[in-house]
Amino acid sequence: MSMRNPLARARGHGSAKDGVHHWYAQRASALLLIGLLAWLLYSVLGLESTGYAASRAFIAQPVNAALLSVLLIAALYHAMLGLQVVIEDYVHNRPLEIVLYILTRAGAWIGMALGVVHILKLALGA
Amino acid sequence: MKETQRPLSPFMIGPYYKPQMTSLMSISHRATGVFLSVVGVPLMLWWIIATASGPAAYDRFASFAGHWLGTLLLWLTVLCLSYHLLNGIRHLVWDTGRALELRSAYTGGWLVLIGTVLLSAVVLGVMS
Repeated sequence: MSMRNPLARARGHGSAKDGVHHWYAQRASALLLIGLLAWLLYSVLGLESTGYAASRAFIAQPVNAALLSVLLIAALYHAMLGLQVVIEDYVHNRPLEIVLYILTRAGAWIGMALGVVHILKLALGA
Repeated sequence: MKETQRPLSPFMIGPYYKPQMTSLMSISHRATGVFLSVVGVPLMLWWIIATASGPAAYDRFASFAGHWLGTLLLWLTVLCLSYHLLNGIRHLVWDTGRALELRSAYTGGWLVLIGTVLLSAVVLGVMS
C-alpha cells in the first residue's frame, strides 16, 4: 500500500483542463472558415481573368489581403488542432507523438507568418 | 499502480463491424482533413508566395498546377474541401444536439454526399 496521499497521486495526471478550449476553438475556426470560403468562392467567381497579373491585383486589394490573411490563419489553426487530435488518437509511440505534435505546431505558425508577410508585401505595393 | 486490462470497444473500421455510411463518413472526415492540412493549405500558401515573388516563381507554380500530378492534387483538394466543409456543417448541427437520430444521420449523410458532388462540379467548372 502506498503511503502517498491519494490527492497527491491524482495531481498532474488526467485532464490538463484545456479540452473544452480545444473543442470550442476547433468549432469557432470552422464557422469562420465557412464564411471566408464562401467569400473566396464568390470573389473567384467574379474574376474576369486568372494568371499572374490577376492574382497580384486580387491579393493587392486591401480588403482581399485582410480576408485572405484571416482565411490562411484560420485554416492553419484549424488544421493544427485537427492534426493534433489525429496524432493523439493513432500515434501510440510517445516520443514520436511529441515530435509530430511539435512539427505540426511549428509548421502551422511558420505557414501563418510566411503567408501574411507575402500578402502584406503585395498589399503594401512592394 | 497496476494496469487494469479492461475490454475496449473495437475500432469502427476493421473486421468487427460491418461498413456503414455513418462510420465511413466519419473516418472520411478525418482523412479529408488530413489531406487538406498536408496538401490543400500548402498549395494555397505556395500560390500566395509565388504571386508575391514575381513572374518566374509564379510560372513554377502554374506549370506544376498544369502538370498531371499538380492537377490531380488540385482536383483532390477541391473534392476534399467540398466534403470536409459540408460534413463539417453536419457536425456543427450535431454539436447543437440536433439531428442525432439514426434517420437524420443518414439523411444528412446523403445531403452531404450529393452536395459534395455539386459543389466540386461548380468549383472545378470555374477552375477549368
